Amino acid sequence: MRGPLRISLTRRYRFAASHRLYCAALGEEENRRLYGKCGNPYGHGHNYTVEVTVTGPVDPTTGMVANLGELDPFVAREVLEPFDQKYLNEEVGQFRDEVPTTENVCREIYRRLRGFPSACLEKVRIEETSNNSFEFAGESGAALERAE
Amino acid sequence: MIRVTRKLEFSAAHFYHNPNLSADENRRLFGKCNNPHGHGHNYTLEVTVAGEPDPTTGMVLDLKELKEILQREVAERMDHRHLNYEVPELVGKIPTCENIAAVIWALLEPKITKGRLDRVRIYESPDLFADCTASPNGVRLKEGRS
Repeated sequence: MRGPLRISLTRRYRFAASHRLYCAALGEEENRRLYGKCGNPYGHGHNYTVEVTVTGPVDPTTGMVANLGELDPFVAREVLEPFDQKYLNEEVGQFRDEVPTTENVCREIYRRLRGFPSACLEKVRIEETSNNSFEFAGESGAALERAE
Repeated sequence: MIRVTRKLEFSAAHFYHNPNLSADENRRLFGKCNNPHGHGHNYTLEVTVAGEPDPTTGMVLDLKELKEILQREVAERMDHRHLNYEVPELVGKIPTCENIAAVIWALLEPKITKGRLDRVRIYESPDLFADCTASPNGVRLKEGRS
């Protein structure tokens, strides 16, 4: 090994939730123009896949960057339990005031996970469908992107 | 710069155990991965090489050559082996994805003579993988148990 190496660990999780893209500050017509069928007043749902990437030194005792025995329950408590089988607009506080686009969901999940105590959160990537994915690596990393 | 990625699948057995810890502590840290009889995975390795395409061949490197390197350095060492006992580079280490990625990096890095090794990604399952990359902000991995 010639130079310094970076090791990261990525774990994929799944949740299903409904949402509606609607901005109360805009008129009905503007909402229809912006969000199309995503603004249907009854909402609609997705099977979301979340990839959580953490990095840091490999613990010599465990051989791990992060023990899944700690990461899995942390992600379950912070994200999966509050989000799974929920209507994001009404049941996740952040989205009472913010449109639950997957960009915003991605950033909210990053915020909820960045306090993981055992390793450094590097990135959150969400697949809203198999065609749309979104990444956020923090404000300084600024890796919010849409890949359609 | 172009990145070229080649995949390799192999199957191997392993278990997690740190002999410096008590049986109870091993069970607490590693859960069912501590089962002394071991268990196995179908691993998928993705090796990425970065470089400029050669103006004559249009290639960063010959993928046939990369395939042979992966076969020789990784498949022949690890496929249908018990990683704890049969892979010298992993003996004495806990064969986590993180450590396997670092070991494969060390095996491949000197063998890549066209382009440079950019990333080693090892999937233990479709839902869990580790990446090893060269990084100015990275940590220098210690030799021996890590």
